[in-house]
Parts: sequence; structure tokens; C-alpha cells
Amino acid sequence: MFYPFYNGAKGERNKLMEINNNQLLRFTTAGSVDDGKSTLIGRLLFDSKSIFEDQLDAVSNTSKKKGYDGVDLALFTDGLKDEREQGITIDVAYRYFTTPKRKFIIADTPGHIQYTRNMVTGASTANAAVILIDARHGVIEQTKRHSFIASLLNIPHLIVCINKMDLVGFSEDVYNKIINQFEEFSSKLLMKDVRFIPISALLGDNVVNRSKNMDWYQEGTLLSTLETLHISSDINKIDARFPVQTVLRPQSKVYRDYRGYAGRVASGIYRIQDEVAVLPSGFTSRIKSINSGEQEVEEAYAPMSISMTLEDDIDISRGDMIVKKNNQPEMAQEFDVMLCWLNNDSAKPRAKYKIIHTSKEERAIIKEVVYKMDINLFERDSEDKNLDMNDIARVKIRTTRRLMLDTYRDNRNTGSIILIDENTNETVAAGMVI
Amino acid sequence: MDSFRRSLKYNIMSKYYLNYLDELESEAIYILREVWAQFENPVILFSGGKDSILVTHLAKKAFHPATIPFALMHVDTGHNFPETIKFRDDLVKNLDVKLIVGSVQDSIDNGRVAEERGKNATRNALQITTLLDAIESNKVDCAIGGGRRDEEKARAKERFFSHRDDFGQWDPKNQRPELWNLLNGSHFSGEHFRAFPISNWTEMDVWNYIKRENISIPSLYFAHEREVVFRSNSWIPVSEFLKLEEGENVERKKIRFRTLGDITITGGIESEADTLAKIVQEVSAMRKTERGDRSDDKRSETAMEDRKKLGYF
Ligand SMILES: Nc1nc2c(ncn2[C@@H]2O[C@H](COP(=O)(O)OP(=O)(O)O)[C@@H](O)[C@H]2O)c(=O)[nH]1
Repeated sequence: MFYPFYNGAKGERNKLMEINNNQLLRFTTAGSVDDGKSTLIGRLLFDSKSIFEDQLDAVSNTSKKKGYDGVDLALFTDGLKDEREQGITIDVAYRYFTTPKRKFIIADTPGHIQYTRNMVTGASTANAAVILIDARHGVIEQTKRHSFIASLLNIPHLIVCINKMDLVGFSEDVYNKIINQFEEFSSKLLMKDVRFIPISALLGDNVVNRSKNMDWYQEGTLLSTLETLHISSDINKIDARFPVQTVLRPQSKVYRDYRGYAGRVASGIYRIQDEVAVLPSGFTSRIKSINSGEQEVEEAYAPMSISMTLEDDIDISRGDMIVKKNNQPEMAQEFDVMLCWLNNDSAKPRAKYKIIHTSKEERAIIKEVVYKMDINLFERDSEDKNLDMNDIARVKIRTTRRLMLDTYRDNRNTGSIILIDENTNETVAAGMVI
Repeated sequence: MDSFRRSLKYNIMSKYYLNYLDELESEAIYILREVWAQFENPVILFSGGKDSILVTHLAKKAFHPATIPFALMHVDTGHNFPETIKFRDDLVKNLDVKLIVGSVQDSIDNGRVAEERGKNATRNALQITTLLDAIESNKVDCAIGGGRRDEEKARAKERFFSHRDDFGQWDPKNQRPELWNLLNGSHFSGEHFRAFPISNWTEMDVWNYIKRENISIPSLYFAHEREVVFRSNSWIPVSEFLKLEEGENVERKKIRFRTLGDITITGGIESEADTLAKIVQEVSAMRKTERGDRSDDKRSETAMEDRKKLGYF
């Protein structure tokens, strides 16, 4: 039995960097139980020197009590683990670490029963998904599910870690076979950027430090891959969309007649004097000024929170969208979405839900379940029309008023919706516009 | 989309991105504006500590040039650093916002709570009742806090919009999933929410941002000379509330405070950090042992944290 080495030298914590231009990368982790997800996260935190001394001491003690020689890295995320063992709350937990190159947010989703719901939640904001495969078992059902969800949620980057390479003699053959298995089924999925890394989370090979046991693998370690993924273009920079969150109307005399439209740029770039259209009314105007906080700026782009003023006096309120005159989203009252059901209460046929799309709130009904996805087989089931927890289905939705929509593939921010049960106020479903 | 547009989309415009502090700022502003849009009567929970000062600073940006549309709510233990109160009052005046004070002393006088007894008695636990009373009597439907997910394990799963029941309690099992940037603040009357705009910030992010924006914080955070007593492994400031125990001596030391709370139990550390730059440096070096040498009785240094667990933030 191997144990990770903790050779007494307490990892000196990273010298955290000063202000700089580092980016933020959000990623989610997925793997079936025992593939080594907790160990991997622990290894990432430990080898990137993100663990506090006291955390280390606590975990060392517990490890000792459990009969480990060194540190059981999985214990760094034990909050969720306990729950998993007891089979209670399944949820998404967020963890943070910083290297001299980037700040990272991990959406850690423990996997089993409510897995789909959790992974969808964690994946919704992720730039990257890290999927684990046990080298001894190769691609299994769970791998397919996770990959399917990653592709459904349009996560821009997928990193497949073949773990426990130490248990298969660090064999290049095994690694290549698993890549082949993966590519065989994943050709059916839409994914832009898929990478494979052979690792041993337990021993640390290719997680933060390069493996000495696999010189046949020449590409980056997991951390260096996460540090260098090109994420600036993950956000759509072409189709300018600005959902108005609220209107700023200062009471002071200096700002009489001032109307600032506040919101977060969902996609694209806005510049002063751009010709814009306000939806749904369709009135057009030009951008007079753009503010980022107290500062006036020339241009604004996603995901900046800004406020803008227009040359003309137009009636604009929360839920409206300011777009470029020559590039407008579709306005529709009836549309198809891939819906993931998140609640214990199943969907009620033709029941009304509250729908939220960008800053707009309307009411909606699910007109029809077109088909359900069997996410293990990647097959459609047009017979079963029930929507239960964790189900994914293509449905037709009708709303009380038109929404300004893009497809989810083109635009994550303007192509996503949630449904809220008006009796409980709970978020019961998440949908991606097709 | 034709392939030309696609390649444009993925290649050309990559200079347009935010650095991580700008992205955190933008996210927090977005959340503050959602709070304003989705609730009737939100307040900022203001403790006088750096996190709530940061939230207030972000709110100012979010609504500029309008004034901050939220009142500041301070739960006052009555055992304050005079500096904190002065800082609070100056800030309120500067920003032209309303201040709501919930007084623990009043809660004690009304018999809502009883003062703790004994050597390490504090008013920390008592604050929760005062807070919930203040929320109810002011008909607050959303209280904005400076809680961060990196503070402790339980908080790692906290939502941006955190639902509380009629009794103001947090049920981690009954929280709504949050997808994309779509925040669900739907609530029935009587219920209230907590909102956490700086959930994704770490302690280091907070200090780096305070330094970058040159946000003013109480002088107590900077190294200064002060009369103190060594107790429970840290330097407790001399105040009208402090009763010297046997064997304790008043000393003059150059210290600063890392968290600000009840003056009777907030311990300082010896430090030379008297500028934001030096504090940032000190905090990043200190993180190595910050919690490491915390002994059980270091109630003082963790005062703020413990309070948060119990529901203050
Ligand atoms: N030999 C070996 N064992 C591993 C590796 N990664 C994880 N394990 C072990 O696999 C078991 C499950 O790991 P854990 O991280 O708890 O899996 P999780 O359920 O996916 O979080 C534990 O006994 C780990 O020590 C690895 O790379 N090599």
C-alpha cells in the first residue's frame, strides 16, 4: 500500500502575489466514487502550497488515528466526504487556491445520487471540467455521464485525468487504450478542447509536479494545464448583450435628469457612441457615457459591471436589454430548451412556473416534453414524459411575454434560464436554449 | 454562424479580459444590484470590520452616482472600540446613508437575553437575538453580509443568496441551487435572506483590493502604540471594561488588530505594519501560522469568526 509522502518539511505557503493581471479560472471536478477526486483536490492544494499549517496538522493527526503513515490528502475535503458516507446533503462546495499565475475556484461536486443536479450547478459557471478515470477500470458509465453533462453545459475546456497510473505500472499502453475508448464515445459530443493527462493523485505524478515514472508523457501537468488554458475567449465577444438590472436615478441636483442603466455586460463590447437598440421596445439611440464605478470609461466588455447613459430619453427598466442595432438576439415567446430537473417534486404538466432569464422575470409553462435523454446511452426516449429529479429533457416552453434569446451554444449568459415553483419559491429546473 | 465569424469570436478579441480582482469586484457589484432589484428593504450588516467596509465600498461603486440605497445595520455590543464607532459615524455621514443600530444593551435591559458571567464572558452570542430582533422590527427582507466561503468548511457551500426561515435560521440542506448568474430571491413575507457579495474572495483578495483601492479602514488595523494586557496569548487593549486579573500588568506595545470586535476580547498582535502595503505583506507571510498557533483559549482572535458561525453574518 502506498501513502503520499509527507516528509516533515511543512509546505511553506505560497507567497501570495501582489496585485497583478492574473486571471480567475473556475473549474469543476467529476469522477465516480473512489476514482480519487478528494485525493486529487488535496494533492493540488498541498503541492501548490495552499494548505494552512493548522489544516495540515489537523489532517496529519486524523490520518495517524486512521493508521496512515503520512497524510491522507483526501481529508482536506472531508466536509463533503462525511456527508457522502452518511448519504445526506449532496451539494456543491467551493474551494480556493492561488498560484503565481492564476486564482482558482473549484466547484467540488461529490458524486452519486443527485449527481446530475450537482454537476450541472457546478458546471454552469466553469471554464473547465476535470474528469477522473480510474486507470484500472477505464471508461465507465459515469465517465460518459460526466462528459455528456460537460458538453451539454458547454464547458469550454475538458481535462480528462487518467488516475491511479501507479496501479497499472505507469503503462503508456493502458493510457492510450483509455484515450481511444474515450474518443470513441465522445465523438458524439460537441467539445472544443479535450486533453488527457496520466496522473497519480496519491503519489503526485503529473498533478503539480512532473512524473518521474512516465517519461513517455511530455505534455503539461494538471496544474500547468490549468494555469495556461486560454480562457479569455471563453466569453462571447461578438454579440453585445447588456441586460438592464436596475436604473440609477440620483436624487441630487447635480444629476438632475440623469438615468444610468446598470448591469453586467453579458457578452460583447460596448463603446461610447455605439448605435444601440433597446429591447423589447426596439427604440434606438447612442451610448453617451459608460461608467465603471465612479470612473468614466471609453468601452466596456463582458463580464464588467457598468452603468451607461444614452443620448435619448427612452423608457427603460429592469429586464430590458440594450444591444447593438445591427446585432440583435431572437425575440420569442415559444422556444425549446434542454431542461435539467433539479427538484424532488416532479414537473407538473402544464403548470405555471416563474422563469428567470438574464434580469427578466416572466411566467412560463412547459408545453411539451419532446424527449428525455438517457445520459448513459446518449439516447432519446420519446415515450417517458415525466420529469423527475436529475432528468434531462428537451422541452417546449411558452412564456407570458417575449424573451430576448440567444442559443446557449452561442451565449451562455443569454441562453440560460431557471424555473421557479411559485408555491415553494424553489429553483426547480435549469434550461439551456436550443 | 459562419466560420469567419466563429474564428473572429474565438481568436481576435482576447485582449478584453478582466484580472481576478476586477472580476471579483464585478461579481460583487452584480450581486448588490440584484439585491436592490429583488428585495424591498435590504440592509448592509456593518460591523466596522474590513469585510463590511469592503462591502460598503462596493455598494458605493454599484450605485454611483446615486447614494447607496441600503441602510447600514450595526449590532452594537456596547463594548466598542471608540475608534470603530467614530469610523462608523464618519462613514455614514460621508456616504449619506441611514444607520440602524441594534443594541445588545437594550436586549439585556428588555430581558430578551441575559449577560454571560465568568471570566471570559462576552456578548458575542447575545448579538444574534439583537440582530434578529432588529431585522424583524425594521422589516428587513435581506441582510447583506461580508461572509466569505474560504473562512471555514461549513461556509464553503453557502450561496450568494442564502435563504433563512421565519426564525432566521440557515438550513444548509434546504438551499436553492444557484446556476449561472441567475439569482433566485423569491421569498414569502416574514422570511428573509442573507446575501454574500464577496463569497468568492479570500482574505488575501480582500487585503489586496483594499490596498489597490486605497479604502480607508479604522486606524486599529495599523500598528500603533497602545496600553495592553497579555491574556490568552494575545494583547488585550485596556478599556473601561477591562478588569485586571491577578498577575496581569499593563504594558505599552506597538500592536495592530487583525479583526475588530468586542473590545473586551479582541486581541492584537505585535506588529510594525503601519501601511496597507506592509499589512498585505504581513498577512501573506502570516498565513502560515495564523491558525496554526491558535490555542483553544484564543477566543479573542477568533471572536469574529465564531460569531459568524452562530449566524451573525
Ligand atoms: N494507488 C492509488 N490510489 C489512489 C490514487 N488516487 C486515489 N487513490 C485511493 O483511492 C481511494 C479513493 O480515493 P478518494 O480520493 O477518496 O476518492 P473519491 O471518492 O473520488 O473522492 C483512496 O483509498 C485513495 O487513497 C492513486 O493515484 N493511486
